[in-house]
Amino acid sequence: MSDSSKRTDPEKEKRKIKSVQKMKEIMTNYYIEAKGAADTGKKVAWITSGGPVEPLIAMDVIPVYPENHGAMIGASKMGIELCEKAEEMGYPRELCSYARADIGCAVTDGGPIGGLPRPDFLVCCNNICGTVMKWYEVAARYYNVPLFILDTPFTHREFPPAAKQYVIDQIYEYIAFLEENCGKKMDYDRMQEVGRLSVEGLRLWQAVLDSGAHKPAPMTAFDAFFHLALIVTLRGTQEAVDYYRQLRDEMQERINQGIGMVPNEKYRLLWDNLPVWYRTKWLSEKFASHDACLVADTYTSAWSGVLPYIDENNFLETMAVAYSQVYINVSLDIMIDTLRRLIKKYDVDGLVMHSNRSCKPYSLGQYDLQKIVMEELKIPTLILEADMVDERSFSESQIETRIDAFMETLKS
Amino acid sequence: MEPLEKLSAVAHDPFAYAQAIQPALEKPVIGYFCSYTPEEMLTAAGAVPFRIFGTRGDISLADAHLQSYCCSLVRGGLEDVLKGRLSFLKGAVFPHTCDSIQRLSDIWRLNAGLDTHFDLVLPVKLTTQSARTYMISVLNTFRAELEQGLNVSISDEALHQAIYTHNCIRDRLGRIYRLKSQNPGKLAAADMYAIMKAAMVMDRAELLEHLDALWADLSAGASEGASTGRKRILMSGGICNHPDIYHFIEEAGGDVVWDDLCTGTRYFEGSVEETGDPVEAIADRYLDRMVCPAKHMGVTARGEHLKQLVRTHRIDGVIFLFLKFCDPHGFDYPYLKECMDQAGVPTLLLEVEEQLPGEGQFRTRFETFIDML
Repeated sequence: MSDSSKRTDPEKEKRKIKSVQKMKEIMTNYYIEAKGAADTGKKVAWITSGGPVEPLIAMDVIPVYPENHGAMIGASKMGIELCEKAEEMGYPRELCSYARADIGCAVTDGGPIGGLPRPDFLVCCNNICGTVMKWYEVAARYYNVPLFILDTPFTHREFPPAAKQYVIDQIYEYIAFLEENCGKKMDYDRMQEVGRLSVEGLRLWQAVLDSGAHKPAPMTAFDAFFHLALIVTLRGTQEAVDYYRQLRDEMQERINQGIGMVPNEKYRLLWDNLPVWYRTKWLSEKFASHDACLVADTYTSAWSGVLPYIDENNFLETMAVAYSQVYINVSLDIMIDTLRRLIKKYDVDGLVMHSNRSCKPYSLGQYDLQKIVMEELKIPTLILEADMVDERSFSESQIETRIDAFMETLKS
Repeated sequence: MEPLEKLSAVAHDPFAYAQAIQPALEKPVIGYFCSYTPEEMLTAAGAVPFRIFGTRGDISLADAHLQSYCCSLVRGGLEDVLKGRLSFLKGAVFPHTCDSIQRLSDIWRLNAGLDTHFDLVLPVKLTTQSARTYMISVLNTFRAELEQGLNVSISDEALHQAIYTHNCIRDRLGRIYRLKSQNPGKLAAADMYAIMKAAMVMDRAELLEHLDALWADLSAGASEGASTGRKRILMSGGICNHPDIYHFIEEAGGDVVWDDLCTGTRYFEGSVEETGDPVEAIADRYLDRMVCPAKHMGVTARGEHLKQLVRTHRIDGVIFLFLKFCDPHGFDYPYLKECMDQAGVPTLLLEVEEQLPGEGQFRTRFETFIDML
């Protein structure tokens, strides 16, 4: 045994998720392959986090996610520098920090991995925001490559048949776009298999997230933020399926052994919105110091949340409808239904909402959601004003005070 | 009252106008936020389309619903309705444009307490046949919802009539704009502002009468005021709800001779086919007209359009006027600026919120910019 292992705290060691190492390996290999695409002759497509990646996998295209890259930039605390670069170029500071950081990265080849591989084409699905469309227009001009937009109508009260037909039509337009840009035909048998793997991966990911319903929770939302990467980037591959099976089994094992992630879990909280990437550790420790565990969140469950809409036997067409129904492409009324369901399922004592300057479709409306949760469900709520990547919008002392005050309310 | 006086009075206090007109004409007044609202349908339904510009006053009630990083149009519009200033509205229309308006629709529906609420989830990309088919369907649904919500029937005949009225309005506004471009001294900046603002809130039949009378006045003696000696300015952005801005520019030695604004040319450009299916014809105008940056029409359409405008109207300088926190315009700005740099046209960027910054600061910025041209 090395000296370092002698010094580790066995209690802490027991609580560490063992699969983390595997996850890091997979992501490292993925980025190495993506960055080496020019040498292997594989096509690279940039795609939005909520976009349908499955046809890309079926066409052997390497999908690259600027948003995942944005999260890495945030976690590496490199956000300010890169955002400022974009601001120097004229992009207002009020724009999404993923977009600003990524634009800053594109022109400097900076950031944690020296920039993303150049795209051969771009695939943008606006189910998560209108921002991605503008951001991808910028990228399309900068790299001078084709852009496909999958336009997924927002659901205020219903998703009418015409909207359904519109997104289905676009799936075939998407495939035609891929065929043209890849110079080959879609193999629909392969597509069906990718669809099957995607659904299997999503189910396993949901099973991982479901483990948080156990008391004590074997993992927290902060762990989910980390382990989410594969369901975003490698959805539809055997690798993602294998990984999430391993992770689910590990969670089951922890449940069997009664291992919770927060040592003395007393208060169970639900997180809303994207993570504060540069402060996940700090926030995690802060809540844990109050014996509070963030057992679930609205963000990481957004991908598997559309599973009920997908029919494996008609994957392509049902996928189109499913992608249109993701958590932030729906009205506040539908969002409150999801919040109600999560609050009940995970038996939470409080709701923590990250009011994220970068994400207007996620954040505007939170005050109304908060009011409904407090009045109807009698659950205390906390709103933290911050930003997912741009640390200039994070005031540690203010947030610390607010968390302490919120926890006092919960304890009383 | 002279037509210009009447339009200025309406523009000065649109709320008072709407409060008075509703009982007088017995027409429902329907609020809307954006140029993607098919006004022809509202007119055909016997309603008055009333554009909401956002208040310029203090915000107190909207802050309970919206974070600080939300634009003044969304915040101001919500404030107006929560304060009861829009109580004359029968309802409001929310075409899908940006993320903020989309969320405002929910917040509005849950809190405004108006009788009716219409969401038009229009396509965002306007370049494909499937988007056209979908847009036509959305417009047909809107027509049915209007019929239900206002308890009226909208015949094709009424739609054709409304299309004709709105085409005439667009034609007159276009003529007035072109006259201003050809003959900047003919109409003061404040008058242009008043005409456009009134055009978006008045009963459209009444508006057309005033525009016709105004055009008759203007076209008599067309050579007056041909040269002002001022620089030719184009304003590009979203909405401009600050009449003072035009005034300051004029004083600083510039004439706003054309624009690329939602409350300007995007409002009246393009006409709707007066034959054939009226709903398809309305859709086709949106698919043809230059887009707002929240819509997609290829990646260079807006830049090429702006370059064309600058050439056509012999523009000396471009002022970009954005609402702070407006994402679609913010994303397009560096590209549009680059287009202008390439065309050799100097630009000035102004980001505004509910209240303009100090008058002195504003004047100085305009003076410096216009002196440079």
